[in-house]
Amino acid sequence: MAIMTVFANPHRFMSVSQPFAWIFSLAGVALIFAGVYMGLFLAPADARQGDAARIMFVHVPSAWLSMFAFAFMAGASLVSLVWRHALADVAAKSAAPFGAAFTALCLTTGSIWGYPIWGTWWEWDGRMTSVLILFFIYLGYIALWQAMDTPQKASRAAAVLCLVGAVNLPIIKFSVEWWNTLHQTATFFTGDNNATYGFKAPMYVVALGYLALFGGLTLFNMRAEILLTRAEMRLQRRLALG
Amino acid sequence: MMVSGAGAVFVRELKQAWSGGGGVSLPLGFFAGACSLTPLSLGPEADLLRAAGPGVLWIALALSSLLPMERLFQADLEDGTLDAYAGSGVALEWVAAAKTAAHWVSTGLPLALIAPVLWIMLQGPVSSMFQVALVSSIGSAAFFFFGAIGAALTAGVRRGGLLITLVALPLYCPAMIFGSAALYGAASGGDWTSPLMLTSAAALFAIACSPFAAASALRAAID
Repeated sequence: MAIMTVFANPHRFMSVSQPFAWIFSLAGVALIFAGVYMGLFLAPADARQGDAARIMFVHVPSAWLSMFAFAFMAGASLVSLVWRHALADVAAKSAAPFGAAFTALCLTTGSIWGYPIWGTWWEWDGRMTSVLILFFIYLGYIALWQAMDTPQKASRAAAVLCLVGAVNLPIIKFSVEWWNTLHQTATFFTGDNNATYGFKAPMYVVALGYLALFGGLTLFNMRAEILLTRAEMRLQRRLALG
Repeated sequence: MMVSGAGAVFVRELKQAWSGGGGVSLPLGFFAGACSLTPLSLGPEADLLRAAGPGVLWIALALSSLLPMERLFQADLEDGTLDAYAGSGVALEWVAAAKTAAHWVSTGLPLALIAPVLWIMLQGPVSSMFQVALVSSIGSAAFFFFGAIGAALTAGVRRGGLLITLVALPLYCPAMIFGSAALYGAASGGDWTSPLMLTSAAALFAIACSPFAAASALRAAID
């Protein structure tokens, strides 16, 4: 709660957020390049899939981020509905395009990976279908924001949609166990697996890079959103004064 | 007070649906039309229709359920009825539940009643007509109550029909999967009761959640 009230003030947010936005974004880009380099050149080739498996260093972290971003938006939406916290609305709205981008990246890289390994670009298996639906929920969320006349109405409606859509997150998580079709089950955080350190390190570095880039870009987007609101208020005041 | 208020809303909606020229029959016409066009695009071979029929029937039912959603709350929002409801002391949750239930009774049940006819036209076995009506009535409840969330979210949007589709279709997935599985089970004489129970679970989940999400969205639209 203490953290929330400290950052509840948009003025304080505007005065401290800019350096963080730059640091996170630049660190994110650096980490992504480092992680991709490690994944492409330092990590061992997969025993069965060879070099084709290296796309997982892009694919798996983007899947994590697609879900993390939506969970973040759902949390922000809850805060906005319960405490009417203006900054929470801005945070959820600003994160949406990047969450959608990570989801699209996850679907695209998964498709590119699937063709040489599974022999198909697309299969209606539980994991892929539920991630595709997550992508549609992102699109609906963004469209709802754009369709409303006033930000107040849009924020309430979008927050409700976001909380309802969060039902999909556990479905994605458990889809590989409920429908055991094509996509492999989780092997990463389970104890007994063959994902050795050489595989794990690049994955973590890229994931950290995505996370930092997501945070940085979201901060930039939030700042732009707040500045836009201020500019509109100033314009209206000037019009009112004549 | 709450329940009698909700009952009054329910009765009013039913009266409106059955008196207001053609509102109920439009989704029925769409449902029948969509199913009738299928053999024209797939070809009339009986085997092909038998294989695709249950799935076609189910997607047509889902899309037909979306049709009345655009006006579900929008009409009442525009003419001020929702403001009157909000000031009447009846919780908007009850209003949303009553309106959706009335729409399901006046449109969803008729859709489920003509589903067996379309089923036979799509070469489904006559012996499973009863199962088709039952699955369709329960599935349409899931579609209507999930659709009501989309309807409430987009009530304040002019021409929000397409937006409802984008918002509500992800919510349709569980009922989509299990309902068509029940129909395929009924068509092949296989297991149809366990997918039917999962369809019912989706419908009950929708009925339990939809009034709260819809009321929360409507409050924002009224403000």
